[in-house]
Amino acid sequence: MAQLTYRDAVRRGIAQEMRRDERVVLIGEDVAAAGGVFKTTPGLLEEFGPRRVLDAPISEQAILGAAMGAAMTGLRPIAEIMFSDFLAVCWDMVANEIAKTRYMTDGQVSLPLVIRTANGGGLRFGGQHSQSVENWAMAVPGLKVLVPATPADLIGLLAAAVRDPDPVLIFEPKALYPVRGEVPDGDLLDTLGTARVLRAGGDATLVAVGAMVPRAVVAAERLAVEGIECTVVDLRSLVPLDVRTLLDAVAVTGRLFTVEENPRLCGWGAEIASIVAEEAFGALTGPIVRITTPHIPLPAADTLEDLARPSVDRIADTVRKALG
Amino acid sequence: MTQEKPTEQHLNQDVQLDLYRRQAEVRVFEKRAYDLFLQNLVKGTSHLSLGQEAIAAGFGTAMRGDDYTFATYRGHAHTLVRGVPMAAVMGELLGRESGLMAGKGGSMHLTSVEHGVMGSYAIVGAHLPIAVGAAWSAQYRESGQAAVCFFGDGATNIGAFHEALNLAAVWRLPVVFVCENNLYMEYTPIAAVTAVPRPAADRAAAYGLEPLVVDGNDVEAVYGVARTALERARAGAGPSLVEALTYRHGGHSRADPGKYRPAAEVEEWLARDPVTGYRERLLGRGIPAKILDDIDTEVRAAVDAATEAAKSASAPAPERLLSQVWTDGGSSWRN
Repeated sequence: MAQLTYRDAVRRGIAQEMRRDERVVLIGEDVAAAGGVFKTTPGLLEEFGPRRVLDAPISEQAILGAAMGAAMTGLRPIAEIMFSDFLAVCWDMVANEIAKTRYMTDGQVSLPLVIRTANGGGLRFGGQHSQSVENWAMAVPGLKVLVPATPADLIGLLAAAVRDPDPVLIFEPKALYPVRGEVPDGDLLDTLGTARVLRAGGDATLVAVGAMVPRAVVAAERLAVEGIECTVVDLRSLVPLDVRTLLDAVAVTGRLFTVEENPRLCGWGAEIASIVAEEAFGALTGPIVRITTPHIPLPAADTLEDLARPSVDRIADTVRKALG
Repeated sequence: MTQEKPTEQHLNQDVQLDLYRRQAEVRVFEKRAYDLFLQNLVKGTSHLSLGQEAIAAGFGTAMRGDDYTFATYRGHAHTLVRGVPMAAVMGELLGRESGLMAGKGGSMHLTSVEHGVMGSYAIVGAHLPIAVGAAWSAQYRESGQAAVCFFGDGATNIGAFHEALNLAAVWRLPVVFVCENNLYMEYTPIAAVTAVPRPAADRAAAYGLEPLVVDGNDVEAVYGVARTALERARAGAGPSLVEALTYRHGGHSRADPGKYRPAAEVEEWLARDPVTGYRERLLGRGIPAKILDDIDTEVRAAVDAATEAAKSASAPAPERLLSQVWTDGGSSWRN
């Protein structure tokens, strides 16, 4: 067991899969010689060579198009889109080409590809480098969507994504890159569509992904001191979605709080709330509450950005008031 | 600028007859597809390549069996010339269970992986980077395969065209980009929205490529340039950008009678019909009319049979609706 940063876990996860399978190749802007703009891929070019680790031009459509064409003809590409905001530049590839091709060809074409991207705020980059956009991808049929919150989860889920025969998007919370976590030795392989219960309590269920997971945990620890016991569920995977774990938690606590970094309207928490309202209404003892970023582009100033993203204080206050 | 000349002295009779047959298949099939539109048996929209048969036929004849084709929404021809069964294509146009994709793709999305037909793409220009990826994979696997990507003149003004060309050239990938310049991007003349006279070829130099302009109504000229470009791809010399000049006999799609086109222009191009023109050329070389007539008869019979098979096939099974979003065969997003 070693302590690894989330940033280093990305490199380790990719290297693990590239050592295992020669069909795995890495493509992206500045991923090879420069080692990645967030230093998530240093050393991969040196270990695997320029045939398998490729610097692409600033051409997001070409990066994802090339990944798609390669995936449909025998490779297993990992494509990096530097910031998740830039997915908008190549959204045709994501939403019209990569997502739909299997269905439109009635299963003739498999697309075993992974798109990794740095997601969310916390680094004061402003509105075009800070968005949390995992809900964009969640709304498109045909895409699997992961938001790992810990270094070990990143490695295990990345491995599962690379080995999955379908297209998977991994949203890496950029605020977590420097954060350390325990990582078991040896190769890791996780399972898509499995949420994790991080702590158990009978008063409320907090559901989060990515950078909001550690905040939800800290908020729950504070509330516990005051005698409010929360279950914290890290969904880890938005598609496929582990509804069972979610409903089991709500069945015990009767209250649900979603903690989202994406803007409020049509955030994934709305879907979670809707599922619970439809399928576990009888278990609810009070309204479902969504804790989100307001429906705004993310501002750059540190004071404003901190106000926008759900903080530990805001999470704890919201739960306290709702239960009080 | 290179103007490719016909290379008839190099073509044996088998190749000539292949070129003839492939053009005839596309011509008869496309006319039948139009008839079926009028009978409301083909729904939605469809885009025919009547008048542009020589380009698909020339490339289809020159390509290796395991090469990849990437086509546009005007992709019936490019699909048929790779040997995809007509009945499956017709079944797809009619939205039947027997269709190539069991009715889930339709006219604009024809795909037959086993024939190297890696899809028809309905977003203009989207498939150019995807073809680059297939070529990247072929290069990585050292398979000797090439990818041939057909697109219209309208696609030369979208970003993906430029991104794809640049990446293919930088990585020296075995891909052949084939612009079918039929003078119109949908309803608007390409010249009205493009500052250079040759929308593809005039931009080749920007990517370090030699421009290749070919008469897209001369099937042997197309075959010649296709062989040159495919050899270059397989030799590791990188991509080619071909601009084939042609004209569609009809409008952009089913709904478009194409009345915005000057009558004299239409007349001039109809007189240069690639299918009847090639028949006359072969007759002039002494190929007996009977051989060509027999091909015509076989092709008509094949299209008739495909039509009947499609008409009598059932609608897609209801369980198709929720199948094949994922590789496990289903569409489930939750447990």
